[in-house]
Amino acid sequence: MSGNASAALDVVIGELVDELGPERVITDRQRRRTYECDGLAAYRVIPGVVVLARGSDDVATAVRACARHSVPFVARGSGTGLSGGALPHSEGVLVVLSQMRSIRDADVDDQRAVVDPGVINLQLTAATSPDGYYFAPDPSSQSVCSIGGNVAENSGGAHCLKYGFTTNHVTGVDLVTPAGEQVEIGGKAPDPPGYDLLGALVGSEGTLGIVTSATVRLTRLPQEVRTLLAAFRSMDDAGAATSAIIAAGVIPAAIEMMDALAIEAAEAAVHCNYPAGAGAVLVVELDGPSPDVAGEFDDVVRLCEAAGSFEVRVAADDDERALIWKGRKSAFAAVGRISPDYIVQDGVIPRTALPLVLRQIAALGESAGVRVANVFHAGDGNLHPLVLFDGSVEGAVDRAEEVAGGILDLCLEHGGSITGEHGVGADKAKHMPRMFTADDLETMQAVRCAFDPEGIANPGKVFPTPRLCGEQPGRHRGAHPLAESGVAEVF
Amino acid sequence: MADLQRLEDALKQAGGQVTVAGPADTVDGVPAAAVARPTSADGVAAVLREATAQGLVTVARGAATALDWGAPPERVDLILDTTGLHRLVEHGAGDLVVVAEAGLPVAELSETVRAAAQELVVDLPPERLAAGSTVGGALSTGASGPRRLQRGALRDLVLGATVVLADGTTASSGGKVVKNVAGYDLAKLLTGAYGTLGVVVRAAFRLHPARPDRAYAVATGRLADVAARARDVVASQLAPAAVEIDRPAGSDVAEVAVLIEGTGSAVGQRAAAVAELLGGRVQAEAPRWWAALPGAGVSTGSTGGGGTCAKATATLTGVAGLLAAARDAEQRYGVGVALRGSAAGVLHALVTGTPEATAAAVGHLRGAATHPRDGTVTVLRASREVRAELDAWGPVGGLDLMRAVKRQLDPGRNLAPGRFVGGI
Repeated sequence: MSGNASAALDVVIGELVDELGPERVITDRQRRRTYECDGLAAYRVIPGVVVLARGSDDVATAVRACARHSVPFVARGSGTGLSGGALPHSEGVLVVLSQMRSIRDADVDDQRAVVDPGVINLQLTAATSPDGYYFAPDPSSQSVCSIGGNVAENSGGAHCLKYGFTTNHVTGVDLVTPAGEQVEIGGKAPDPPGYDLLGALVGSEGTLGIVTSATVRLTRLPQEVRTLLAAFRSMDDAGAATSAIIAAGVIPAAIEMMDALAIEAAEAAVHCNYPAGAGAVLVVELDGPSPDVAGEFDDVVRLCEAAGSFEVRVAADDDERALIWKGRKSAFAAVGRISPDYIVQDGVIPRTALPLVLRQIAALGESAGVRVANVFHAGDGNLHPLVLFDGSVEGAVDRAEEVAGGILDLCLEHGGSITGEHGVGADKAKHMPRMFTADDLETMQAVRCAFDPEGIANPGKVFPTPRLCGEQPGRHRGAHPLAESGVAEVF
Repeated sequence: MADLQRLEDALKQAGGQVTVAGPADTVDGVPAAAVARPTSADGVAAVLREATAQGLVTVARGAATALDWGAPPERVDLILDTTGLHRLVEHGAGDLVVVAEAGLPVAELSETVRAAAQELVVDLPPERLAAGSTVGGALSTGASGPRRLQRGALRDLVLGATVVLADGTTASSGGKVVKNVAGYDLAKLLTGAYGTLGVVVRAAFRLHPARPDRAYAVATGRLADVAARARDVVASQLAPAAVEIDRPAGSDVAEVAVLIEGTGSAVGQRAAAVAELLGGRVQAEAPRWWAALPGAGVSTGSTGGGGTCAKATATLTGVAGLLAAARDAEQRYGVGVALRGSAAGVLHALVTGTPEATAAAVGHLRGAATHPRDGTVTVLRASREVRAELDAWGPVGGLDLMRAVKRQLDPGRNLAPGRFVGGI
């Protein structure tokens, strides 16, 4: 912790209190501590100061103060991210957007909504579903996560197989640049002229500025939704069924898979009453116009049975559908019932490599003496292995982390990705050089320099090594994220 | 002046050739001095490194089906012909993914993946497809067609790209899996950038299973009625794959055609339901104008002799205003304005008339949206005389950030300077 940095922060705090008023600026250590982590609690840093923004002007004011004094800032929505993307900076400003939660314009005629960044994902669907619309990206945390966070992380969810990710649903944003300027990009009309800045911004994890308003697509509710649960003896059988469904030309709204350990955990937690003796279950959802869904549904049932499913349950109504999904959506938390601690991994493989990789993951866990539960989006090969451990046992964390890291190696070996939807954040920045070359990362960082030449927007995230931006040689760019968490206060 | 020998030397190891430019080697009327045709990504890197070191201006060229889109470059020393990079790198049929080099014609890619009953849903205009439009060209022009309504534009289908920057740096982003949030999505930034940030050498795309059956529901009516009915179909639960509107120049009526895709009898049922909404009929074949740019066949595709081609966007409800503005502009300025495209709000206009009248008509079309966030008109192809009369791009949100991106990736303005928004 350098004296200069803390002196600069003190100056910024003074300016923020003057400009925003003391009630918007949290300096009290106990209150700041509330914000020390996001959904990835393994990383904790108490922010230097917290600003509770009421609107885009507050955000711009805060960012301008940071820019004047080269002080880092981090944006935070609901704080549900799983990669430490909203991990605060101990010498920086945490800009909290959760109080900006108005749906400015729910324009169903144009199939668009203009929302504040703090609007909760499900809140938008709740507001528009009476008119027959919804917001398609549906991360498991959708009842609490913010749309601003979805934009930052390019969130997906179970249904993105058919409907795409957040990036496919954003047509405009208001951005506060790292210089504190307010810029309007895109709008309700598609294809704004010029470079596709939205494509770069969505999923940039807060490193290119702060989005203070998002214009998003509203999707028409389908005429019909049908959900089934198919139980299989083995993961191989369930994987074969998935391949057969895709090969038949069906794109379900979702295909989710759980293995025996994940099923056991879900049963213990929410009593979802999945078929006994299942080594794997598939949750398949089809939606669309009724005549099409009826035909595809028969195909899917037939393909599941042909692949060895010994029980197929069909949701008769919304309640039964909710029960089928309850087991799947509660799976992460449910693992807490069968293990004191666990790591949620997020990696992607080409879907066809699924059976092989699952066997390799099992072998990896066995050789390390670590249990791994698997819950994942089978349709697009997005794995969420849950690596179980007991933190009170010496060496257990290290073994679990080794297995979690090994799983990412497997993903990369098969041509996949180190993250499908949780983001890189603070957690996986160190893994980026395993997926990208130095030139790849340099080029991405060149784009970052275009937006953030001072390197003050969420530094230490996404990229393992900061890059100097041309004209300002020798400027301090912040430490490596791990070093950073090392010097920070850890509880 | 280009030192061809050194360019040739640079290419020697990677393979490819450098030739003196011929009379046809122009970019929207701007003549080039030389043409380099590398056969690999390494070759592209070698050529660009040397060309930029010589201070040359390079413009990438695929099949040249849209080389006259965007403003003419300030100057062209070297044309980088990408058609030597024509390999289909990988078709992961089970994963619904294809990886291709930039110079591969989209038609060839489509033929390969069709064997597995799959398709890249880009829906290029048939005239571009037939002329050999390449993967890199489709990307760089930000192509989209009728089925963008449900499946998005090419920017929504691209999963990753490898680009060579002006200094020869080769950089990849994204990957070849459908789901991936590691690092910046530079493939989208390169899509529609007209080669001003780098030369795309390879890209990966998401494929869709080809639906076995299709039907069209069509209707004709007054402009406002057609716009309203098209919107009703878009807002229905019938999941149309495309809703297209065609309004020929000088016409008070327009045609709407809706594509229904699926399997078996379900298609017929839905098409009948759409026809009822439209007050129209069901037919097996697409209307002859389907996916084509307005005026296709009229234009020579060179320097805008066939009129001025523009891209017009609107909100769903704003499409009606755009159609009305086209008719209005014709009556006010004595021009022809053919308008065709998706009811999702991405259309193309072909404006014919004097340069002054064309400029006035483009301005009038821009006025159809109350704010640029609700709709824009950008000129894709126009003669020098027309360009001199108008602002081809209109207002561009975030232009300063775009300039900054350009400065970072191509600081010497060695790639197609002047071709893009704000003179980038």
